[in-house]
Amino acid sequence: MTSRDTILAAVRASQPTPVPPLPEIPLFEMSSRPLLEEFREALLRMGGKFAERPNGDDPDRFIRSLFPQAQVICSATPEIIGTRALSGESDPADLADVDVGIVRAAFGVAETGSIWLSEAELQVNALAYLAQHLIALLDPGDIVGNLHHAYRDSRFKTARYAVLVTGPSATADIEGVLIHGAQGVRSLTVLLVPRPAKPRATV
Amino acid sequence: MRVGLFIPCYIDAFFPAVGIATLELLERLGVDVIYPLDQTCCGQLMANSGSQKDAAGAEALFVENFKDFDHIVTPSGSCAYHVRDHLDAIPQTPKAQKVRSNTYELVEFLHDVLRVEAFPWAEFPHKVGLHNSCSTLRKLRTAKASEIDEPFFSKPLDLLSKVRGIQFVTPSRPDECCGFGGTFSIFEEPVSAKMGYDKVADHHAAGAEYIVSADMSCLMHQKGCAERVGLDIRFIHIAQILNGDRA
Amino acid sequence: MKRIDHAEAASEFIAAKAHQEFHDRRLWDLRLKRDREARGIPEWEELRTLASQIKEHTLSRLSDYLEEFEARAKENSAHVHWARDAAEHNQIVYEILSMRRVKTLVKSKSMLTEECDMRPFLERRDIEVIETDLGERIQQLDDEPPSHIVVPAVHKLRGDVSTVFARTIGAEPGNDDVHYLAETQRRTTRPYFLRAEAGMTGANFAVAETGSFVVCTNEGNADLSANVPKLHIASIGIEKIIPRTEHLGVFIRLLSRSALGSPITQYTSHFRAPRDGGELHIVLVDNGRSERLGMRDFWYSLKCIRCGACMNTCPVYRRSGGLSYGATYSGPIGIIIDPTFNIRKYSNLPFASTLNASCTNVCPVKINIHEQIYKWRQIIAERNQLPFVKKEMMRVAGKVLADPRLYRAAISAAGLAIEHLPRFAIYNWLNPWGRQREIPEAPGQTFRSWYIERRSRP
Repeated sequence: MTSRDTILAAVRASQPTPVPPLPEIPLFEMSSRPLLEEFREALLRMGGKFAERPNGDDPDRFIRSLFPQAQVICSATPEIIGTRALSGESDPADLADVDVGIVRAAFGVAETGSIWLSEAELQVNALAYLAQHLIALLDPGDIVGNLHHAYRDSRFKTARYAVLVTGPSATADIEGVLIHGAQGVRSLTVLLVPRPAKPRATV
Repeated sequence: MRVGLFIPCYIDAFFPAVGIATLELLERLGVDVIYPLDQTCCGQLMANSGSQKDAAGAEALFVENFKDFDHIVTPSGSCAYHVRDHLDAIPQTPKAQKVRSNTYELVEFLHDVLRVEAFPWAEFPHKVGLHNSCSTLRKLRTAKASEIDEPFFSKPLDLLSKVRGIQFVTPSRPDECCGFGGTFSIFEEPVSAKMGYDKVADHHAAGAEYIVSADMSCLMHQKGCAERVGLDIRFIHIAQILNGDRA
Repeated sequence: MKRIDHAEAASEFIAAKAHQEFHDRRLWDLRLKRDREARGIPEWEELRTLASQIKEHTLSRLSDYLEEFEARAKENSAHVHWARDAAEHNQIVYEILSMRRVKTLVKSKSMLTEECDMRPFLERRDIEVIETDLGERIQQLDDEPPSHIVVPAVHKLRGDVSTVFARTIGAEPGNDDVHYLAETQRRTTRPYFLRAEAGMTGANFAVAETGSFVVCTNEGNADLSANVPKLHIASIGIEKIIPRTEHLGVFIRLLSRSALGSPITQYTSHFRAPRDGGELHIVLVDNGRSERLGMRDFWYSLKCIRCGACMNTCPVYRRSGGLSYGATYSGPIGIIIDPTFNIRKYSNLPFASTLNASCTNVCPVKINIHEQIYKWRQIIAERNQLPFVKKEMMRVAGKVLADPRLYRAAISAAGLAIEHLPRFAIYNWLNPWGRQREIPEAPGQTFRSWYIERRSRP
């Protein structure tokens, strides 16, 4: 008998009876406050930053103004050019010197201030962790209410890797002192930019 | 109304004033109180150590002593909880089941059965910290526990609020366990004592002159801790305040 | 096998005053933060009920859900392995690593790998294992197990961490600035992420419907471990299964709020399939879980989502520290799980509790922890695992309290003893009560004698 068979047989023999029913999960609608307001408050509370560029300001330039010292800027979204090209074939370890990574979030969650990213948004998953700073573009229309809403998104079933990112990397493991930039990004900035109608032409 | 009075062993032996106050209070409220003379213990000492075998004798004796009462009242939350929820080292005869379901802790009885509206003879012009024992709080649910998200309620506070002159102070950790825990106080003495010290220091820092509780076992432990470190704070059972003790 | 003496270890912990007081304050603060979060969600108690119901249903049909999970995972091109026990788990992991010639493994926090004692096993076979979670790394470098399942080094102060880092990873001696220490760990761990050939994680939840599993961290170290090296191994206890993606809404809303009082962890990562050119191995582990599932009084412990809320609220845990339990799992959840690993070694643990039930009230999946602690005491007494002194004490007490005349004689003797014996005879090593407390005074008469005098009817 394989270990698999042994374990399954042991489980089958031990399972409690009768089987209690699986409950229905309500959506637990949130407050009537605007979702963007909830999102912003939650994001700031989790240590994230929130930015809106002044109207008409070129997003590339605005981003560089946020990180004037940055040498290597790597964008996973065609909307932003950056200083280094990124493709799905890039070796993750090559991103070790990236100062600023840029992605467009698929959606945000107002309850927690989270943004959703998958390999489609990241190109290289490790970008969101090896970069020193991460900027996530977010269309305010892409914000859902709470996690129950979020988990109904069908992309959870198709993405190979999906992450709800909430603020920067953090730890309080030493005497409860809060540190940002534990292992991953030192800062996360959500930048409100509506989704482009069509991809921006590359230069 | 006729009530069987159960006085736990440690109150019988060390704090008879609490038993006396309980009896007098019930009589003042028009209750006919009978104290079966051959009672000893509810069995929780042995049962809480896992020794069901050793608990059976005391539990059987308890049932025998109280089988003829429709209401059994005790000034001890831990004993009432043990009888209602755990008195199962003995066969669950109809007699045993009846005794179990008819047993009340004093505050429960005053609040839910007698529904006492006033204690005109009572006055307690002191600053008081209310200690809800874990048995009354989380097992018998006589007050809201801080962990549970639900509307506030407190049966002991309802009763004590009817006492003239009483002032309440609130410690920083109102419902953290004080560390008595039965034989825990002996076999895990270091942690037990630390918890006791923390508890009395907390009430003292909040300005309490007295700590009041429905469980004398907790108070016995807290008193022991306070006296050892010379902390100026006194201990009183809720029955004594409601019965009109002034100090 | 020697019995763990929790009381003695606790005594030493309490004696280290600054450490103990910080430990207690820090964890109580997490408990208060949890309360604040709970109050902010009107449906909090309903979420707890739903989570409990989902788990109870799933555990009752666990074999079906395990098979569903495996089928979906394989369709996703993940490899699925099954380990009956810790030894088999370690062997499977080793074989995967050696097949890919892995010399360096980076891993995120996993209580299951602690339970299996995996690290020494791999290290003896020349595989370097780097703990990447800051708290776990501190403990690894100090050659000490983690003390708390969520904040592994909560029992240490910054000075302790500074000493460990100076001794092991070249930190500046005497520099105990927390930001400096964290940055030092970040700087020295990065190179491992970049050169490791494999990364290992645990899992908080495994979803049967999709064959995915979820890992929650605040540091993002699980994501680094899984997304930089090509090979990702995930060790998952069989009890972690939940039926559908939508159920994650309930559990993710409860997990971090219960653990740390924050609405969600900084990273909630969902792994369904390997990335292009990558490899994903899932190891499903039993190690006593199927046996526990068959225990009528104790199977509810399998609902546990490893949040640590029970530890944070436990007044005994906060004053004794996780290491005093001498087991991978400490605190209230440890007390009800550990006896299944070794009933003799852990026979004292169910008595390291006042049965105050605060743990039960904070548990997001409504495990009846205090009731299981009570039941374990019965089993330990039945299996003759009570220490001799306690066993005798209960035997004698049982006899005396079953007989009204013996009882009255004992009370009267105790009263006389307190009244007449000198202090040194009462307060000595035979009387643990008296070590740090005064004993009650002897009253003039017992309640019973008062009653006979004043109230007895003829």
